[in-house]
Amino acid sequence: MSVEFPDELIAHALTRYVQPFGLEGEIALVTLDNQRDHTKPTSFGPAGLRGLGAALDAIATRTPSVRAIAITGKPYIFGAGADVTGMPTLRSQEQVREVGRLGHEVFSKLRDSAIPTFAFINGLALGGALELALHCHYRTLSGGARAIALPECSIGLVPGWGGSWLLPHLIGPEQAIRVIIEHPLSQNRMLTSQQAHRLGIGDALFEPADFLERSLEWAVSVLNGETVITRAPITGGPEWNLAVTVGRKIVDERLHGAVRAPLKALELLQLASTAGYAESAEAETQALAELLMGDECRASLYAFNLVQHRAKRPVGAPAASLARSVTKVGVVGAGLMATQLAVLFARRMLVPVVMTDINPEALAAGVARAHADIDRLVEKKRLNSIAASRIKRLISGSADRSDFADADLVIEAVFEELDIKRQVFTELEEIVTPECVLATNTSSLSVSAMAEQLRHPQRVVGLHFFNPVAVLPLVEVIRGEHTDDATLATAFAVAQQLKKSPVGVRDATAFVVNRVLLRCMNEVLAAIDSGTDVATADSALNPLGLPMCPLALLDLVGLPVALHVLQSLHGSFSERFPVSATLRRAVDLGKTSLLTWRNGVRHLDPDLVTAERVSEALTSDQLRDRVLVALAQEIGLMLDEQVVSEAADIDLCMLLGAGWPFYLGGITPYLDRTGISERVIGRRFLPAGVATAP
Amino acid sequence: MSKAEREIVFVDGVRTPFGKAGPRGLYTHTRADDLVVRCIRELLRRNPSLPPERVAEVAIAATTQTGDQGLTIGRSAALLAGLPRSTPGYAIDRMCAGSLTAVTTIAGAIALRAVDVGIAGGVEHMSHHPMGDGVDPNPRFVAEQLVDESALVMGATAENLHDHDSSLTRERADAYAYASQRKYAAAVATGRIQPDLVSIATRDPELGWGLATADEQPRPDTTVIALAGLRTPFRPHGRVSAGNSAGLNDGATACLIAAAEAAAELELPAAMRLVSHSFAGVDPEVMGIGPIPSTEKALHLAGLSINDIGLFELNEAFAVQVLMFLQHFGIADDDPRVNPWGGALAIGHPLAASGVRLMTQLARQFEQRPNVRYGLTALCVGLGMGAAVIWENPHYADDMRPDATKVGAR
Repeated sequence: MSVEFPDELIAHALTRYVQPFGLEGEIALVTLDNQRDHTKPTSFGPAGLRGLGAALDAIATRTPSVRAIAITGKPYIFGAGADVTGMPTLRSQEQVREVGRLGHEVFSKLRDSAIPTFAFINGLALGGALELALHCHYRTLSGGARAIALPECSIGLVPGWGGSWLLPHLIGPEQAIRVIIEHPLSQNRMLTSQQAHRLGIGDALFEPADFLERSLEWAVSVLNGETVITRAPITGGPEWNLAVTVGRKIVDERLHGAVRAPLKALELLQLASTAGYAESAEAETQALAELLMGDECRASLYAFNLVQHRAKRPVGAPAASLARSVTKVGVVGAGLMATQLAVLFARRMLVPVVMTDINPEALAAGVARAHADIDRLVEKKRLNSIAASRIKRLISGSADRSDFADADLVIEAVFEELDIKRQVFTELEEIVTPECVLATNTSSLSVSAMAEQLRHPQRVVGLHFFNPVAVLPLVEVIRGEHTDDATLATAFAVAQQLKKSPVGVRDATAFVVNRVLLRCMNEVLAAIDSGTDVATADSALNPLGLPMCPLALLDLVGLPVALHVLQSLHGSFSERFPVSATLRRAVDLGKTSLLTWRNGVRHLDPDLVTAERVSEALTSDQLRDRVLVALAQEIGLMLDEQVVSEAADIDLCMLLGAGWPFYLGGITPYLDRTGISERVIGRRFLPAGVATAP
Repeated sequence: MSKAEREIVFVDGVRTPFGKAGPRGLYTHTRADDLVVRCIRELLRRNPSLPPERVAEVAIAATTQTGDQGLTIGRSAALLAGLPRSTPGYAIDRMCAGSLTAVTTIAGAIALRAVDVGIAGGVEHMSHHPMGDGVDPNPRFVAEQLVDESALVMGATAENLHDHDSSLTRERADAYAYASQRKYAAAVATGRIQPDLVSIATRDPELGWGLATADEQPRPDTTVIALAGLRTPFRPHGRVSAGNSAGLNDGATACLIAAAEAAAELELPAAMRLVSHSFAGVDPEVMGIGPIPSTEKALHLAGLSINDIGLFELNEAFAVQVLMFLQHFGIADDDPRVNPWGGALAIGHPLAASGVRLMTQLARQFEQRPNVRYGLTALCVGLGMGAAVIWENPHYADDMRPDATKVGAR
């Protein structure tokens, strides 16, 4: 029996025969359409592929024969590639190979066609859909298409329907490596149609207003010989090999071999320099089968699903109807965090945002910084000047907190000291309405403790953003002991209006991301304290391919902030979070980093080297094991304490708040598949098969 | 010519293929504004020497100005077409003479030196905006007998015309309609219609994308006998049938109008020179006679007689209404000067769009007929009006006017 995806939302291939002006004969115009609106992009499963194959076969029987075959998509969408929701249902390499070969077989009809074939890329074109276009003889691009990519490597796969052979032969190996490997590893960068045109992925670029008509006119000019497309010949040989070598270096530096997919993709790109299409296609199919039946890909698909779905429908949020509307926001403080928050609230919610600070100079500087941030967005063309003026106008500074009297939400971003924050809230309560939500951006202090002295403690909630606020999508929404449903619902609603992904978290020290990161970092610091050299310590986690080495992350966070969070954690969980002597000393000495670099090698800052640190030097492997054990233990405890309801939320937090990679699935799939969770806490975090190979 | 007046030329015109209105029509799933946008963009593309920022005004007519024909369609179409934001636009309405009025209004602005180059056009998507949809006639019209009830039903006004003269028989109307279909079919066969058309990508959610490249309304295979058998929906035993009336259609048109001097400066060819225009009011119950007084007035303004007109592009809202015009001016029903490529009876009549179609077609004929000096475009208009514009052929071989060469022939 041939392979099927359950509940496949079928990409129908709808054929119409059109007669453009200036052409003797017809063009078969095929629309890929799953007959849903653009919010459900068309994707390919086995049934859709078979349907396309049948449509192409039917076109071939038309008499008189058509002059050309052109493929386009429903409005705004050319196609989103292979059906990601169907992929996890494949249970064997044989099934994967069948889907892989099916795609090759159907798409090759376009490449091998004696009649010229065209792809009119009218919008989003990802993965398999872009590969389909690459099989066509000619491609036009709509100026409105902003997401053109081969993102397979980002979910632990490789382009499997011809992309790894067709793309380098079209645009050269160097650019192909950029598109197939570097972009998916760089926050899944995508090409605009203008960029794709410059790279040579498309032969012609037309404005969206009459894209299809212009594409057909262009096709006619090609068919009539008035337009001749000449493409620069791509040759194999030393240049190709060099490109692959450079690509391999980039992947190694970035990932340290942590994930196979980009390496597989490089192998396929290398093979494409000498192999013919058929050989490459078979290699692609085999790679696909191995990867899709592997843990990294399964963890990636799990992570993809969390980010696409769970992040948008937060678990445990009260009914959205309980949320109060927020028409004015106050920000207490004018520091770096406060400024970022002010810009975010004004830009996304388009409501007045008042910043206050006891220091008038700091306040003026904060407002000026917010305005400068907005100007920078205009320079980068992320905002137009009219919208920028509006947003700037919304942000004001006031020395007088009584300007908060009509605010619906006030968020504090003052110094991380419980007493100070309690005092701020107590003073605010004299000014604001009883319903006004008081939010804290604390990274580790108790939300409940900040609220308990208030007359209306039920309106206090934690809204924990991550630095840089504009980049990291996570917001931990912290429910304190007293927080009521309306307040919590408002916090979730606000986070969503800010286009962030809220995750509900119980009020436990340092919440999720910081607790996990600090536990991890603290094991590294402990190793340094006890004599492991910093180069070994700092690179011990390289095989995980995390976005940053622990000590670099420490520098980014800032040593005093890290120490402060660590002390909070130490206060709650003293045994598991000892305060590193090295870190304390570095802060005391006013250091900005534990490291100094000599000849490209990391060394501990000489001022931090003490006589007593000799006890126990660890190898990288030993330290990595300690870290992973610590992570499993800590996450197990967090679930026992019900900091979040499910391991999936821990993973979601690490993906969105720390940028941990998809192929780790966040972290718990990795701990499960390496057997560490069972070794440490005696059970898996997720049932087998959920984020691991079946 | 007074100091303030300037010579005005019609540079170029285009239209969409006209579709049939209704749930299975060509444009059921295509927006009205998209039809206009496509025409504007094609005009600019066909005239690359015109910098878009020199388009100083966009006047687009629509009889129903709501939904996809709302939002001040001249302005919204300009923005959607990618014209610079500095180009203003407006919506205009004189029912069937909408785009003709857009042309004369732009022309007026040019004459007054307010504008050098403008785009005028029209659209009617009668699938999305059926005739009379959302109309709320003042009860006084009937209560005070301001107009007869029949005045608000165009087919009924056509029946009233048949009553006017016993020689205006159904047979004559059907014969005229048949001829219109034949002339149009011949024009299509010889490739005369297609150059005016812009293709339109049409998406049907069930069928996928298609491409409209031909008018949907024509019935080239119809016969006089078939026409005679059609029902007369406006009166029992009446004379007005679907065969001798224009259809209910979807379509759009647009043209470039310029001061002659601006056209010369921008190297835009002059396809026609505007000579005079006129609108006239008549009894709403017989609105079809409207073109007669408006033409007389336009001829008078131009100092011309009907015999000077070498080509007529008359809108065929109803066959009888054209016949009445021809009879009035002593022109035979089958005079070869009249609608040589067929008319609205075959092509269709998306109300406000039609005026510019007549002009575009006349311009194309001028080019091929340097022996013709003057042409007329005219339409009847609901509630009792007529519209007429007289044009001069810049290709006219015997033109003695000293400044004629300035306009420059294509």
